[in-house]
Amino acid sequence: MTSLEEVRRRAEADAESRGYKLNPDLSFLNDLLEGLKTNEERYGYPSCPCRYATGIFELDKDIICPCDYRDIDVEEFGACYCGLFVSKEVYEGKKKLQPVPERRPGKLIERALSGRITPEYPQEVKKEERITEVVGGMKLWYCKQCGYVVFREEPPYICPICKAKREFFAEIYLSVSAKG
Amino acid sequence: MKIQKVPGNNKKHKVFVYALSTCAWCKKTKQFLKDKDVEYEYVDVDLLSKEDLEKVKNEITSRGAPLQFPLIIIDDKVMITGFREDKINGALA
Ligand code: SF4
Ligand SMILES: [Zn+2]
Repeated sequence: MTSLEEVRRRAEADAESRGYKLNPDLSFLNDLLEGLKTNEERYGYPSCPCRYATGIFELDKDIICPCDYRDIDVEEFGACYCGLFVSKEVYEGKKKLQPVPERRPGKLIERALSGRITPEYPQEVKKEERITEVVGGMKLWYCKQCGYVVFREEPPYICPICKAKREFFAEIYLSVSAKG
Repeated sequence: MKIQKVPGNNKKHKVFVYALSTCAWCKKTKQFLKDKDVEYEYVDVDLLSKEDLEKVKNEITSRGAPLQFPLIIIDDKVMITGFREDKINGALA
């Protein structure tokens, strides 16, 4: 079992490595860390406390903390969706903390909240993913600034390594010849 | 479905909250209503069975609200997404 202190240390270390701060409201911060801890115990990974998770990794991977939307949200609004990570300006009170609109695509939220999802669902999703792979839905993207490579449907909003914007990502074309 | 009722002396409006048990904004919303002594009901969506989850999803989408939490519904017509104090205050006036 993960202790609250471990969850806190992890968040602190992560914030520090990116030049962010944790929310200065300590009781609010505590609630968020408790939420992360609960989700980690419940699902096996610390999914976002402010979003519905299915417990199926494939469907939740974009909202495992720190989620895919954090960097762009801190950049644009001074905080992530939950308000766990904030910019220095917000932390120091130079910028007011605004409600952060949900950036996660509606179709992913709707899929997660569908009661039709069962433990067998990952197989279906994998099948779906295989199909999109074949039709080219999943792509390899690289950051033109630092060379970071990801494999997903869309390039990230922001390069997690060098913070370059989405426009810096270009697709990598591969030609694969399968034998046997 | 596990709907919780929180008693309060202010029963002027019918207040319902769709929430997540892990969400700090949801907790703030619940506490805010409690501090104002507003009677309300809520459901923690992350603790529901799959059937109830599907029901809740349909309820929310048929109202045209986004699937985000907290969702506060006042008198079956005002919908507020997120803990927006002034909006909630306005609707409860
Ligand atoms: S919104 Fe914030 S707390 Fe939630 S997963 Fe993203 S980074 Fe973590
Ligand atoms: Zn980069």
